Amino acid sequence: MKKKRFTFHVDLDMFNPASEKDKEYMVQMRESSTFFKDGVKRLYKNKIAFVSFLVIVIIAVSSIVIPAFWPYSYENQLGVQPGKPVDASYNNLKPFEYGRTEQMKIDGGEKVFPHLFGTDSAGRDYFIRVVYGTRVSLAVGLFASIIVLIIGTLIGSISGYFGGKVDLIIMRIVDIIYSLPDMLMVILLSAVFKLTLTPVIAGTPLEKIGANIISLFLVFALLYWVSMSRLIRGQILSLREQEYVLSAQATGAKGSWIIRKHLIPNCISVVIISAALQIPSAIFTESYLSFLGLGVNAPMPSLGSLASEALNGLSSYPYRLVIPAVVISLIVLSLNLFGDGLRDAFDPKLNN
Amino acid sequence: MNSKTMLYIGKRILLAVFTVWVVITVTFFVMHAVPGGPFVGEKATTPAVQAAMEAKYGLDKPLMEQYGTYLKDIVTKFDFGPSLKQRGRQVIDIISDGMKTSLKLGLIAAVLSAIVGIVLGAVAALRRNKLIDRVIMVITTAFVSMPSFIMGSLLLALFAIKLKILPANGATPAGLILPIVTLALYPMAYITRLTRSSMLDVLGQDYIRTARAKGVSGGKIIFGHAMKNSLIPVLTYFGPMLAYIVTGSLVVEQIFAVPGIGRQFVSSITNRDYPMIMGTTIILAALIVIMNLVTDILYKVVDPRITLE
Repeated sequence: MKKKRFTFHVDLDMFNPASEKDKEYMVQMRESSTFFKDGVKRLYKNKIAFVSFLVIVIIAVSSIVIPAFWPYSYENQLGVQPGKPVDASYNNLKPFEYGRTEQMKIDGGEKVFPHLFGTDSAGRDYFIRVVYGTRVSLAVGLFASIIVLIIGTLIGSISGYFGGKVDLIIMRIVDIIYSLPDMLMVILLSAVFKLTLTPVIAGTPLEKIGANIISLFLVFALLYWVSMSRLIRGQILSLREQEYVLSAQATGAKGSWIIRKHLIPNCISVVIISAALQIPSAIFTESYLSFLGLGVNAPMPSLGSLASEALNGLSSYPYRLVIPAVVISLIVLSLNLFGDGLRDAFDPKLNN
Repeated sequence: MNSKTMLYIGKRILLAVFTVWVVITVTFFVMHAVPGGPFVGEKATTPAVQAAMEAKYGLDKPLMEQYGTYLKDIVTKFDFGPSLKQRGRQVIDIISDGMKTSLKLGLIAAVLSAIVGIVLGAVAALRRNKLIDRVIMVITTAFVSMPSFIMGSLLLALFAIKLKILPANGATPAGLILPIVTLALYPMAYITRLTRSSMLDVLGQDYIRTARAKGVSGGKIIFGHAMKNSLIPVLTYFGPMLAYIVTGSLVVEQIFAVPGIGRQFVSSITNRDYPMIMGTTIILAALIVIMNLVTDILYKVVDPRITLE
């Protein structure tokens, strides 16, 4: 090649077209990320939320798994055997103490499964009662928030989407329910539902759940949907002005279709977050009612009723109060922290 | 106050009155929907005696007529009828008796939690991310996630039974210490967190920087410039705080055997004393509604930047 003077001696070979191999080297392939994946990644980085999530999972899984293999059950009074007088030595055992017949077995060389937390005043293994109570409290919290989620979403989206008179009427009802003192109404309604429901559900499968729990769900369905529906209505009001909704309407989509396919998926993150934050408040309410004697039916335990029962023997057996107290505070605390983490991860608008 | 503010206040008062009416109506019809009536389960009642009792308390009249009388008595005479289980006593007398103790309890708890909460919140905001801030935040987080009955029971176990330094029975003045502390801890923790975040918000504003640049001292910035504005969000919490204290006192009075209205309410539920349940619900609900109303109005009046809807 002939040297050209005014080209600063640039090697022209460097300007050849790139081969296919060179091109591949330049291309950076990254997996496409969705909104959900992004959120999970952010959540994973948030240590507090992650630890809280682990705590919740551990508590939930152990409350489901442990009763399956534990040798004692939550309702079995160990001192009561058919055909024999009640053996009072099983009542009020301290942790790792044994009843009279159990002690005889141990002396005879047999192995007896220890009562980790002792037994209660009726001779029931306290550890399994705490585990079962945790399960009941968690289940109540979960179902109550699902009920709130469904009703709130339904009414909120109807109100927000249709607007006009429908919206006006629904929002006035929401205003009134919102200004009712909720706890007082919960107590009143549970007291009344309990009396009304008990004869109705006698003999049906619902009897096992108990009138109190059903009335708790009813109360949640009646009163607690309002804040959820307000939230969803606000979301829908801003979303329905978007162009894609207009385009769906122009192509002849019906209202229910637009709500289901366009509006709900777009406000789902807000919905899930507030549902997650609803669970601890439901657990709070349930334990509060159980404490007042309006919660689960005996012998079924819940964390609130366990704490309430523990008050009677507080001076001799303070650990019976401390254990459910710690569990319930741990659950509520980690659910709250996890909910906050969820909000930070899935609601990027809040960060601005 | 301009006409827009007046209109807003008028609207809110109307809504409050309407809410109280809804509470009265719901309470009345819900209580009368209970099967069996209040005298079922009484010892030694024949149908004739039951009929006589129902006639005495006006329970044999049509429901709408009973409702009309009930509403009229409340509005005109502030009369909630006689108690069914504490014979010869009027519901309103029992309530006002219990109210004396409960109001004292609730007010002291409210004032205590406001003062301690604001101070702790301001301290945490000033020493942001320092050790003392961390400690305050951890403690308040723990308090916020503990139900009042658990808190009360634990305090009872610790101070009255283990250490034996405070009486467990709330009937004496010294015995009111534990219930007051129990009631105050949750709102205190909440106010601390609220004050901290709003104080941090205010401290980041331009006018604070201007004051700093002019050479205003640290204390004067906090108390003269930042405090007033950072307390506005705290003010909104007073309505919910009262609601919390009212419902919290139901269990707290139960735990510490305080002879207040909360204990009356709980025992009237187990006794099926219908007029008592109705009367207490209505009065407590009205209290909460009025407090929310006052908070809302105060909030709008104190901060003129807030737009009225």
